[in-house]
Amino acid sequence: MFKQKNYLALGAVVLVAVVLLSLPTRASSRLKLAVSSWFLPLFGLASGGQQLPVNLADSVLPRRELLHQIDGLRRENQELKSQAVQNAAITRENDQLHALLGWQKTVPWKLKLANVVMRDPANWWRTVQIDLGSRDGIQTNQPVLTPEGLVGRVYSVNYLSAQVVLIGDRDCRVSVRVDDTTRDIGVLSATGPLDSSLVQLSYLSSTANLKSGQNVFTSGLGGVFPAGIPVGKIVDAQTVEYGLATEARVKLNANLGALEQVAVLIK
Amino acid sequence: MNLVKPMLVLSFAFLAVFGEAVLNAPRALLGAQVDLLPALMIYAALNVDIITLSLLAVLGGMWFDSLSANPLGISILPLMVAGFPVYLRRDLILRDAPFAQLMLGATASALVPALTVLMLLNGGQQPLIGWGSLWQWVVMTVAGGLAAPVIFKLCDWCTGALGYQERTQTSFRPDREIDRGRK
Repeated sequence: MFKQKNYLALGAVVLVAVVLLSLPTRASSRLKLAVSSWFLPLFGLASGGQQLPVNLADSVLPRRELLHQIDGLRRENQELKSQAVQNAAITRENDQLHALLGWQKTVPWKLKLANVVMRDPANWWRTVQIDLGSRDGIQTNQPVLTPEGLVGRVYSVNYLSAQVVLIGDRDCRVSVRVDDTTRDIGVLSATGPLDSSLVQLSYLSSTANLKSGQNVFTSGLGGVFPAGIPVGKIVDAQTVEYGLATEARVKLNANLGALEQVAVLIK
Repeated sequence: MNLVKPMLVLSFAFLAVFGEAVLNAPRALLGAQVDLLPALMIYAALNVDIITLSLLAVLGGMWFDSLSANPLGISILPLMVAGFPVYLRRDLILRDAPFAQLMLGATASALVPALTVLMLLNGGQQPLIGWGSLWQWVVMTVAGGLAAPVIFKLCDWCTGALGYQERTQTSFRPDREIDRGRK
């Protein structure tokens, strides 16, 4: 009787696992989001805990230092305002030229700032959770970046949070263009599980003239990432497939291991 | 029924998964995130009933998968595979010996990620694995092993602090009492 109870429990667990794994994708992702929302109350605690040292440091900062910082920020604000005026003029001119040539007008992107609240607990995925969700207009496949460069794309969206798959994960391949004379196009993919700052650039032509330090930008191909977002720099390159193609390693501009704040591009 | 221990074990699992998702220090220092659920399964296999052990495998696996890019439910079976054989042989294991706890914790911590990755590959998923994964596996195994005695101590201490000793049946029975002396 005792043994039978044990094996009944084992059978029940196996049944639950099989049912969960054989759920349709939509139902599975909904259930997953529902389960992950159990952790929502702890999100606030975690971010509050992270903010505590910052708040403490702010409270003991001398008044003179604060005034100095405010002065610096005012100057920076003025510079950015004048830059924004120039950019607005350039945008108007760009729109007029687009209209003259009959090109389709480019839809401007908006940025939404988000805090990184959690990382993937499994070592074989490279994802993070951010504190913006469908309530904030976040949708799947929207590009995610930092001021340094591209970070990844939105993978799944909850009401209050979203999961972002980072560059280097197999679910986030990015078409990029190298800033060289031939403007070669390749695809960024994963390298290894340990170093998140290096990724593999594949599918480059054998004639690609790559040098260390060349900048890599998104190409705009594929429809997910707009063109021109900085991604990283070429570290080294080598010919592969008996000289038929070139592969390179790219050092990412954004530090994926220490992400705290990111911006989501919203159309 | 004393519910303190089952509740404690499940709460620990919840907090362990949350901690793994929030704390980045092990990943930054060692290159791998430490998983405490396998070691907790060993504690549960040696100290709680089969229902709680099964609940821990199901809920712990679901919590872990919900914060990860894993398909939901993929971690349940590896956790149960790590805990169930230990539960069946729990009377033969020196559960109070730290060395036994360490070895069982390390074995479970090695087994669970290996089985999970195997299941992911079998299911057509493409997890990020390479030579570096061997290092991550070693880190998870060693850290899980070292964590097991700590988990045992912590859970036992919490059970002692929050729980109560279950009343055991004494050998005294009023109907068998021998009346002595003259009436």
